[in-house]
Amino acid sequence: MAELNLVEAINRAQAWEMDHDPSVVVLGEDVGVNGGVFRATVGLQERFGPERVIDTPLAETAIIGTAIGMAAMGLKPVAEIQFSGFIYPAMDHIWNHAGRLRNRTRGRLSCPLVVRSPCGAGIHAPEHHSESPEALFAHLPGVRVVIPSSPSRAYGLLLAAIRNPDPVIFLEPTRLYRLFKQEVADDGEALPLDVCFTLRAGSDVTLVSWGAMLNETQAAAEALAQEGIMAEVIDVATLKPLDMTTILESVTRTGRCVIVHEAMRTGGFGAEIAANLAEHGLYSLLAPVQRVTAWDVVVPLSRLEYQYLPSVERIVAAVMKTLEGA
Amino acid sequence: MTTVARFEVEFTRFLNAEGEATQELPPFALDPANLIPLYRAMQLTRAFDTKAIALQRTGKIGTFASALGQEAIGIGVASAMRKEDVLVPSYRDHAAQFVRGVTMTESLLYWGGDERGSNFAVPREDFPSCVPIGNQVCHAAGVAYAFKLRKEARVAACFLGDGATSKGDFYEALNFAAVWRAPLLVVINNNQWAISVPREHQTITPTLAQKAIAAGVEGVQVDGNDVIAVHDAARRAIDKARAGGGPTLIEAISYRLGDHTTADDATRYRDPDVVQQQWANEPIRRLRNHLARIGAWDQEKEERLQKECADQVAAAVDAYLAIPPPTAAAMFDHLYAELPTAMKEQFDAAQWFASHDGGSSHG
Ligand SMILES: Cc1ncc(C[n+]2csc(CCOP(=O)(O)OP(=O)(O)O)c2C)c(N)n1
Ligand SMILES: [Mg+2]
Repeated sequence: MAELNLVEAINRAQAWEMDHDPSVVVLGEDVGVNGGVFRATVGLQERFGPERVIDTPLAETAIIGTAIGMAAMGLKPVAEIQFSGFIYPAMDHIWNHAGRLRNRTRGRLSCPLVVRSPCGAGIHAPEHHSESPEALFAHLPGVRVVIPSSPSRAYGLLLAAIRNPDPVIFLEPTRLYRLFKQEVADDGEALPLDVCFTLRAGSDVTLVSWGAMLNETQAAAEALAQEGIMAEVIDVATLKPLDMTTILESVTRTGRCVIVHEAMRTGGFGAEIAANLAEHGLYSLLAPVQRVTAWDVVVPLSRLEYQYLPSVERIVAAVMKTLEGA
Repeated sequence: MTTVARFEVEFTRFLNAEGEATQELPPFALDPANLIPLYRAMQLTRAFDTKAIALQRTGKIGTFASALGQEAIGIGVASAMRKEDVLVPSYRDHAAQFVRGVTMTESLLYWGGDERGSNFAVPREDFPSCVPIGNQVCHAAGVAYAFKLRKEARVAACFLGDGATSKGDFYEALNFAAVWRAPLLVVINNNQWAISVPREHQTITPTLAQKAIAAGVEGVQVDGNDVIAVHDAARRAIDKARAGGGPTLIEAISYRLGDHTTADDATRYRDPDVVQQQWANEPIRRLRNHLARIGAWDQEKEERLQKECADQVAAAVDAYLAIPPPTAAAMFDHLYAELPTAMKEQFDAAQWFASHDGGSSHG
């Protein structure tokens, strides 16, 4: 067992898989000699060589485009996009090719690609370094979207993502990279993709979140517990495909649901979960579903980023709203 | 077989590292009165950079990208532009922005995490700094097209890094500008590094200037640490563009003497001894040596200038620190020309949480 923070766990998962599967290659800007601007790939080039850990020229389109070619030929590329704010030039390849290659060729070719990219606000980073674009990717057929919220889940989910035969967009909240450490076995054990994780049991309300917002969500659950309100906390972890079974099972018991996410509200992934609850859980609901999200604004520069990020108070207030008249 | 295309790329330098003229200087450089403002601007940028890094270290601004060692590029180009021209800068171009009239206070405000820092009092039509690599070259080509369409005698100029030349945006924009014969100047700040990736891993071509050839654009190379060479090349390119001669690409060769940004530690990937050697080529000492040699500069002038720069930077910092923080409402300001009615509820909620101290707790 080792005490690891989230970025160290990401590093260990890549190292483990490179060690055990020679088809895994890592590519991206500054991932080699520098070990990545967040150090997620530190030591990998020394250990596995510059042919498997590739410092690419500066071009996101070509990083993902070439990774698709590699993947179709049986390599398992783990491509790093330095910040998710710079992933958009690669959207063409992700949308038009990564998610469709298997389908277009009726299974003849496939795309076992992982795109790792830091996301989210809260570290006083410059412009374009704080976005949460998960909903854009969750909209795409044929790709998976994963966001870890702890070092151990990051480790297990990244291993699962690399082993998965289809493309996975793996978004890593920068705010969590060094926030806390956790015992991680580093034993090559993957966690299941496509399932939600229940982090806290409760009977009064279900709080559904993912990524860095679980920080505020769990703090809210703690504050609510002081008031005698027992909140269940679910980490969605894999947004696509979405495990509604776990969420519905919980909401059936609690009758109330608050969805918390860092991305903007309109078209955010919370809307998808709320729609599923309306379709499949309406008769279990004792109160309207609430969403606590960022406002529909451009992520502000650092001075206002904590006014943009949903706060514990906003989550508690939303829970109170579901309990009005109860 | 016949050769159907052939190309050459010219390199220009007027002052060597010691500030000795290696060839006859261009006419503007014969008058020290034209050179001293360039020297002054370089010193001011360097004083600003030193202070900005110190402010970052004490948490007064966020991540900052210094122009250390590359001052001659921004200043040589911006000083060749006219007021009515438009600069489309990247994130390392404050040297040029200051010449254009952007204030150091505005720059600090931007790097300090406040959008008001991009609302320059002057120049009103220059673009804000572009952080996503390479995008600005496309915008600059569009700006140039607008000038051409309206038959305005104006030129668009933009900068990009050596790393940025690997992006499609750069090639695509050059090609557009060439097809449109648009009044555009594209300047590569070849500081030899894209964070940890050295220039020779970025592309195997011997020059970056030759990237212009494929688009049918003139590409030239200059010593980017020789402000006379930069200014001269920029002035020619801008004159050509204004006269309807279309775009030019200038590769200015320099060296990034500092870390990529304050978030970077360059000792992880490059030899400090090599960096030390590169100090011998830096642009400020070079021009000072030249000015001293022709009797236009001395120790007393130098000391006076250093003090002036320090005072000016200190005043800018004071002004920056005195600016009250933005309110939560600022997130909604200028999002659209007018805030849509549908957003009123969010706006009110943001205000309510901000004023009830409820936006502050984050687990
Ligand atoms: C599209 C995009 N990808 C990645 C980044 C992250 N990044 C910021 S600066 C930089 C290196 C740029 O190098 P270069 O173009 O040489 O400019 P320099 O910083 O050296 O001036 C990278 C990769 C970014 N800002 N935008
Ligand atoms: Mg560079």
